[in-house]
Amino acid sequence: MTTTTTERAAAGAADYLDQRTGIGHAVKEFARKTFPDHWSFLLGEIALYSFVVLILSGFFLTMFFVPSMALVTHHGAPNTMDGVLMSEAFSSTLHTSFEVRGGLLMRQIHHWAALLFMAAIVTHMMRVFFTGAFRKPRELNWLVGTLLLILGLGAGFTGYSLPDDVLSGNGLRITDGVVKSIPIIGSYMSYFIFGGEFPGDDIIPRLFTLHILVVPGIILALVGVHLLMVVLHKHTQYPGGGRTDKNVVGFPLFPVYVAKAGGFFFVVFGVIALMGATMAINNVWNYGPFDPSPVSAGAQPDWYMLFLEGSLRLMPGQTEYVIGGFTLSLNILIPAVIIPGLLFTFLFVYPFIEAAVTKDKNEHHVLDRPRNVPVRTGLGVAFLTAFIILALAGSNDLIATHFSLSINSITWAFRILFFVGPWFAFWVTKRICLGLQRKDRELVLHGHETGRIVRFANGEYIEVHRPLDEQERWLRVNYTAHRPLEIEPATDSRGVRRKGYKNERRLARLSRFFYEDRVEPVTPAELAAAHAHGDHDELGSSESHGEITSGTQH
Amino acid sequence: MKALAARRHHRLAPVVLLLLALLATGGVYALLAPSPASADSANVQDIETGKKLFQANCATCHGINAEGSDGVPSLVGVGAAAVDFQVSTGRMPMQMNGPQAIEKPAQFDAEQTAQLAAYVASLGDGPAVPTADQVDPSQGDPASGAAIFRTNCAMCHNAVGAGGALSEGKFAPSLMHTSATNIYQAMLTGPQSMPVFNDANVTPEEKRDVIAYLMEQREGSAGGLTLGGLGPVSEGLWVWVVGLGLLVGAAVWIGAKSS
Ligand code: HEC
Ligand code: HEC
Ligand code: HEM
Repeated sequence: MTTTTTERAAAGAADYLDQRTGIGHAVKEFARKTFPDHWSFLLGEIALYSFVVLILSGFFLTMFFVPSMALVTHHGAPNTMDGVLMSEAFSSTLHTSFEVRGGLLMRQIHHWAALLFMAAIVTHMMRVFFTGAFRKPRELNWLVGTLLLILGLGAGFTGYSLPDDVLSGNGLRITDGVVKSIPIIGSYMSYFIFGGEFPGDDIIPRLFTLHILVVPGIILALVGVHLLMVVLHKHTQYPGGGRTDKNVVGFPLFPVYVAKAGGFFFVVFGVIALMGATMAINNVWNYGPFDPSPVSAGAQPDWYMLFLEGSLRLMPGQTEYVIGGFTLSLNILIPAVIIPGLLFTFLFVYPFIEAAVTKDKNEHHVLDRPRNVPVRTGLGVAFLTAFIILALAGSNDLIATHFSLSINSITWAFRILFFVGPWFAFWVTKRICLGLQRKDRELVLHGHETGRIVRFANGEYIEVHRPLDEQERWLRVNYTAHRPLEIEPATDSRGVRRKGYKNERRLARLSRFFYEDRVEPVTPAELAAAHAHGDHDELGSSESHGEITSGTQH
Repeated sequence: MKALAARRHHRLAPVVLLLLALLATGGVYALLAPSPASADSANVQDIETGKKLFQANCATCHGINAEGSDGVPSLVGVGAAAVDFQVSTGRMPMQMNGPQAIEKPAQFDAEQTAQLAAYVASLGDGPAVPTADQVDPSQGDPASGAAIFRTNCAMCHNAVGAGGALSEGKFAPSLMHTSATNIYQAMLTGPQSMPVFNDANVTPEEKRDVIAYLMEQREGSAGGLTLGGLGPVSEGLWVWVVGLGLLVGAAVWIGAKSS
């Protein structure tokens, strides 16, 4: 094989770089990192790649968008907006859509990518939660992820408000209301944010700076931290034969994983481009330029904000009080500040709660099967139920028209469901998990039913059971069923009240809630016992023949 | 032609044929059906026939002289426009089994409708059926129509007229298939929960602008499929179904390739 000039030049350049930066070592290290393979590990990548698409398309949009609230008369397409007085922001959005080549496509790609970005983040988070990937040593990365979720909401919200159409203005008006509902400082904050009375003419330029600089900048930095931590911690893996907390089974990053991941980027980009090209999104010219008076039917925020809309729609309006000349708007404060506050607090603290109630200080690199942690899985499903009910409540008018229902009854149903649904979902999920665990135990102890019925000489029928193979068994027995914390008595050996006993007792109670009901994995001893007892089940295996004749089986 | 012949046995062929047939019938009907303007030329003969039709089909509720009764409005002075709207959209004669009288296939043909309208109009002055000129979208200004629609109609009917919910199961219907004449009449007469937009509120020219705007919506969106024109909720639904659906499918495929 002869080396060409280009190859020699490339090698020379690489060598030059390596001698000065030592980068060769880092690249080699990185390339040999191992990544396990599972489709659910690609959910985070969907989020990452949609973010890349957002940056690329967003960059294009900044070339044409004018972040100004100065009034102009729009001339040109579309004809429903010709000659209409509007802000420069709205006019430039129309210009981008109808005059700039590929402008509408870029806008639609940007918006679809934003919706997909959030959907991918949420599903990625669900994967991490239900498999327990947030456990030590990854708690901090869970926090970073939750921050990314909130920043994603921020990016979406600031972007949605930029075109200055009626819908985005409605969103800002609600924001203004929410800010004003904060006791004491609310009205000052509102003036501060809008630079005077709503809407003022500062908000669009301000949101623009946040949207294209501050928020994406922080997201980019945090994504960097997030990925760095993934590399440092190594990737988690699903339970299975040979996989332990001490190894990673998978493919080296280079070339297999890089090829797959690189290819996947184009798939993500392709799907977003396809949606942008064929499915209309946020056709702002239908809503018209912002004007505080009109609010159209079906005015809703993007889906990731829908839970807030729903929370506001469900809250009865009577809970506004005037106390000594000050207005306390609980009708806004509770649904728009307290409820989301609670939801996000749950996300932030959950890993630490679980660490506290298990007192588990070990590192975990093998994921949990959701059924093996029934209370966690139940809580996750309860959380999602609350979120989904709120999102549906935010769409109550569309549900009413599409299913010919009364919006009043829907609202009442959701009010009740919001309180009852999560409990019910928790209870059902926990039961299902425990049931599945019991089924696993059954399976490990007695093997698969084969459907083969055998009749013995003495007339007895049995069904032949085939024992599980190594892999199947490993999957089903290799987990820890945590037990509730045991605490020491309230007084020590000398009868003196122990300090911190109350806290411990509280923790123990919580721990009992988590681990009171549990199904222990089959131990080797149990397995051996089951085999000795029920060997006739394994008619297929040769050593069991002796047992069959005994005829003592049930 | 060869290609056409080859497709003759395609399993969708009957559906396509059926659609073509429907289209043709609709076209012929549109050509032959008398324009609503002819309702104006009401003569005594029409009024007489209209009265008979009314007594046979409407009097049970509206009273023998259309004077109304418990919960049913009097029709004296509602005008030909109201009757034409209610009857041509199939709302009347009413079958009450929901929170509001809904559209159904019209029970009377155009001539009978005109006769009913003529009879009711003869009972007292009221808005007449608009002329073809008054409802001609090509003479309207869609930009002015959009502005009027935004401030007067969108809160009930949604920004593009896709429809919306009102309280207690009532709803403002989608305007995507309503005829120009019916749109005009709805504004003029304010059926059920809808307010009346008389000519002082919204001038006849402005009504035509609104029609022009609504007709424009039927041409679809420059951006692609309109997804029902329902806004962010349907967009959110589609991103989960199509976007995430396709990508999770791809992820499963990529994951499966390795093992
Ligand atoms: C089953 C009872 C019933 C029958 C039959 C019926 N109507 Fe009605 N009609 C009503 C009721 C109730 C209303 C009021 C609806 C509302 O506004 O909620 C109404 C309203 C109307 C209106 C609108 C009045 C306004 O103020 O604008 C017109 C016009 C009308 N009916 C015409 C007719 C005609 C013509 C017929 C016969 C072809 C007919 N109706 C048959 C019950 C009936
Ligand atoms: C308060 C809410 C409300 C407003 C505002 C309103 N409508 Fe309606 N509209 C309704 C309701 C409710 C109906 C259904 C009435 C019925 O079924 O008899 C309706 C019916 C209609 C229809 C008949 C649709 C059909 O399929 O037959 C048209 C056309 C219409 N509206 C147009 C308009 C226009 C144009 C405006 C603005 C100028 C407007 N509406 C404003 C509530 C409203
Ligand atoms: C971080 C993730 C981001 C999200 C979730 C996001 C989301 C959005 C959304 C929902 C809109 C409304 C689009 C519309 O329908 O018109 C928007 C508009 C916009 N975005 Fe982004 N965006 C992100 C990043 C960026 C970046 C990095 C840039 C620039 C470098 C950018 C530039 C813009 C501009 C200029 C607009 C206004 C364009 C218009 O309305 O025509 N965005 N964004």
